[in-house]
Amino acid sequence: MNRLLEPLADLGHVVLSALARLGLVGRFFIGILTVLWFPVRRFSLLVREVYFSGFRSLLIVTVSGLFVGMVLAVQGYEVLQRFGSAESLGVLVALSLVRELGPVVTALLFAGRAGSATTAEIGLMQATDQIAAMDMMAINPMARIIAPRFLAAVISVPILACLFISAGIFGSYLVGVQLIGIDEGAFWSQMQASVDFRLDVINGLIKAVVFGVAIGLISVFEGYYAPPTAEGVSSATTRTVVVSSLTVLMLDFGLTVWMFRGLS
Amino acid sequence: MTSNANPALVRLEAVHFAYDERPILRGLDLTIAKGEVVAVMGGSGSGKTTLLGLIGGRLLPQSGAVMVDGKNVPTLKRSELYRLREKLGMLFQLGALFTDLSVFDNIAFPYREQTNLPEPMIRDLVLMKLEAVGLRGAADLMPAQLSGGMARRVALARAVALDPMLMLYDEPFTGLDPISTGIVARLIRRLNDAFGLTSLVVTHDLDSSLKIADRVVVISEGTVYRDMTPEEVRQTDDAFVRQFADGLPDGPVPFHYPAPPFIDQLVGRHEQAS
Repeated sequence: MNRLLEPLADLGHVVLSALARLGLVGRFFIGILTVLWFPVRRFSLLVREVYFSGFRSLLIVTVSGLFVGMVLAVQGYEVLQRFGSAESLGVLVALSLVRELGPVVTALLFAGRAGSATTAEIGLMQATDQIAAMDMMAINPMARIIAPRFLAAVISVPILACLFISAGIFGSYLVGVQLIGIDEGAFWSQMQASVDFRLDVINGLIKAVVFGVAIGLISVFEGYYAPPTAEGVSSATTRTVVVSSLTVLMLDFGLTVWMFRGLS
Repeated sequence: MTSNANPALVRLEAVHFAYDERPILRGLDLTIAKGEVVAVMGGSGSGKTTLLGLIGGRLLPQSGAVMVDGKNVPTLKRSELYRLREKLGMLFQLGALFTDLSVFDNIAFPYREQTNLPEPMIRDLVLMKLEAVGLRGAADLMPAQLSGGMARRVALARAVALDPMLMLYDEPFTGLDPISTGIVARLIRRLNDAFGLTSLVVTHDLDSSLKIADRVVVISEGTVYRDMTPEEVRQTDDAFVRQFADGLPDGPVPFHYPAPPFIDQLVGRHEQAS
């Protein structure tokens, strides 16, 4: 082949492979949606997965939220007091957390803590024929294994984001009000007056749900299609964290532009 | 040769199967009658495990029919395939036990998922299956605490839990010590006769196969090379079958992977280096 054309052919190959994988993800997602009723009917399966992925992420999420809130308070106060508006600290912290940091940081933490574990678990189940065994017992692994783990992520991320935000606001209260000495009434009342329920809280929650869908899908997909080797499962786990994180950040940009368009 | 006493439970007709461009089965025909224990042998990559995948509906042939209990497996819809699989049991090479469940819960799994039986009855059924494989005392152990032979026996108990009509065994003796191999081999025969099953055993272990099988089918070049009784295998002069029976490293199945002549490669490398 002409040497000049080789890079073009390589590029074409990469694009075609990426499109094929995207198609596979889409088909897999539709496959999950068609059996999503199963974990709802078998509620104990869903509770178990929410416990493993959501409840067990509580510590890392709340502690991170607390520290993020405390850091925001220190940094925010430093800037705000220059303009004589230190009492607006509550608004600054609340809006940062509710609109952006809460959903995004929670999603990134969830991808690292629970998404990777889900991928490794499903990948190892594939490698040791456990999923094939279930399939041969006429039990649909998509319904029994994949759907509950996916749905658990969709349920867990928004709840964890709420807890992250609450812990963050509490952290900023500790630093801003208790340590620095900002007026407590101004801190809370300005926050209450400036944070809009629909625009800020609901939009933040919508973001968290979308991130939950993305991380849930990526983690079960990577596990299900992980090559059945030690190296295969290990790179699938890494891919879950990397792809989930990048997807969350890209989705966040898109959602932010869409949600807050027209505001100035 | 096939047993004509009983009707056929499995019938493969002119089955062609390839992984991408690599052909594995080339017009394979095979019939298994009800109640038989058939051992399928062949070199690595000859398509033995593929055969199980085709019968279980996990793989689709490029052409040909795979009839199981009168149904052509490749044409079944997913729901129909699952109904058929409820009547199949499969023992995977390494057992494929669910590692987060105890031995008891592994065997209870198909009952809990596929039936509406009350828990006390499930308990009795699980204990009966465990007793059949001699592991009632291991009910509370986790899979990680079992030896290879024990794990295989637990997997066997789980595979026969719902009283299947057809059992598929994928290399059931691999990695087992001689005692465990003997136990698993005898269990395959005993369960087959006691529960009125039909068994297809894919294996490399000729000695164990000859003890328990009604027929030994040797696959080569993607088709059935020989279909014999154990007695015929013991007495045959066929070079290919003898290589298997005697464990000879070289013969019709070559020791060397296809390669250019060694001397050419050495000379070539010498020239490149200088």
